Amino acid sequence: MIFADEPAPGDPLPILPGHSSPGRFERVLRAGAFAVTAELSPPDSADPEDVYTRARVFDGRVDAINATDGSGANCHMSSVAVCALLTRVGYSPILQISCRDRNRIAIQGDILGAAAMGVANLLCLTGDGVQAGDHPQAKPVFDLDCMSLTEIARRLRDEGRFESGRALTTRPKVFLGAVENPFTPPYDWRPLRLAKKIAAGAQFIQTQYCFDVPLLRQFMARLDDLGLLDQVFILVGVGPLPSARTAQWLRHHVAGVHIPDAVVERLAGAARPKAEGRTICIELIQEIREIKGVSGVHVMAYRQEEAVAEVIDASGVLNGRIPWYPERHKNLLQEKVAP
Amino acid sequence: MYQVRLWSTRRARGLETLYQAFERALVTLDPLWRRIGYERLERPVAAVERAIKGVLFDCQMCGQCALSDTGMSCSMNCPKSMRNGPCGGVRADGRCEVTPSMRCVWVEAWEGSQRMRRGRDSIHVVRPAVDRRLSGTSSWLRIAREKAAHPS
Repeated sequence: MIFADEPAPGDPLPILPGHSSPGRFERVLRAGAFAVTAELSPPDSADPEDVYTRARVFDGRVDAINATDGSGANCHMSSVAVCALLTRVGYSPILQISCRDRNRIAIQGDILGAAAMGVANLLCLTGDGVQAGDHPQAKPVFDLDCMSLTEIARRLRDEGRFESGRALTTRPKVFLGAVENPFTPPYDWRPLRLAKKIAAGAQFIQTQYCFDVPLLRQFMARLDDLGLLDQVFILVGVGPLPSARTAQWLRHHVAGVHIPDAVVERLAGAARPKAEGRTICIELIQEIREIKGVSGVHVMAYRQEEAVAEVIDASGVLNGRIPWYPERHKNLLQEKVAP
Repeated sequence: MYQVRLWSTRRARGLETLYQAFERALVTLDPLWRRIGYERLERPVAAVERAIKGVLFDCQMCGQCALSDTGMSCSMNCPKSMRNGPCGGVRADGRCEVTPSMRCVWVEAWEGSQRMRRGRDSIHVVRPAVDRRLSGTSSWLRIAREKAAHPS
């Protein structure tokens, strides 16, 4: 997918009227396409090539790549750095910002810095507690929460001011996202809490893993009743489970992941659980895309990132559309030059 | 005082009524507070506030009390200091991700708010980031001073 006003890779796209960012991701969503995003797990390394290798496995299947910020409270390359590397070659990253590790001074500085390096999308989240990760001895910061972080980011962009009120000279033109978990209590508050996030400035939402479609349907129907579906783009989190054992582990060790028994039993009974996990994921995507108000899926395929291409291709959600990626861009330019 | 804290959210409506009357009295007495001097009152009042709210809510004295908007459940007891609702890590049985021995402060807050009159709606208003300078100071005196100066 190449836009008519396509810049050189790494340069920002012109910001269209009514758009907030110079990014591809917002363009795809506002054009009404079913969007696909995927989570890149940042390397435990200082080698930029490790980032590019991990991004390339998604080539041609995703509209944006989420760079996680110390996900699960584990230490990895910083999300700002991963994003800066990705924008250099033209990828469209979503910068995840968690409130766990930095206070408002550091976070606002990161937002400006990231925008200066071409990052067009932010995802504001609270973050897992430090007890979940490899540094449980660390100090949890949590100076902001996901809601005040979203509001502060919106103020940086729309009012051109820091939280302190001090003015910026150039505003960060970012498309603002937040997360929601419809699959955890208090269930009846979750839709209203999403309304609060929209009020704080969220323009798109990425959800926690969905393995329970009826629960998602209920959540989406409630958003529809509240008149929220026109105000926000919702991308539902999905992912292939490699085995029943992993499913059990996720259930018990990763906060907020809800996997119904039926899914675990299906994996346990399968001759080839890994393939079965991918089939389940494909079926989930196909069911989810039919739900009113769903604008896309967010694939989190931890330690089996190579499955993303397979799952997306088999689900048919891209409808023949090929999302932008650096190599394809080069090829298309060569075709244009060739007589 | 975990059990008392849970009791308080169950009695959120009664506590709301009680507090509203108390707040009116606080604001009405502003001339008296000014005569004595808010600065002189700060330490003794903060000590009383800490003692009472400590027992009832496990109050952490953030100095910008939001109990009326959080179903009478003190959100500063959340290990992530969430001021706007629960994180995505709440366990299926409503317990906290970080401290499984307690129920999620925000699950409590939601139930409390649904018993309240004004607090039923005010839980949906976005709360700004915490001003850490106010930590340890009296919310009561701050509210008396502010509401007396800007009656709304």
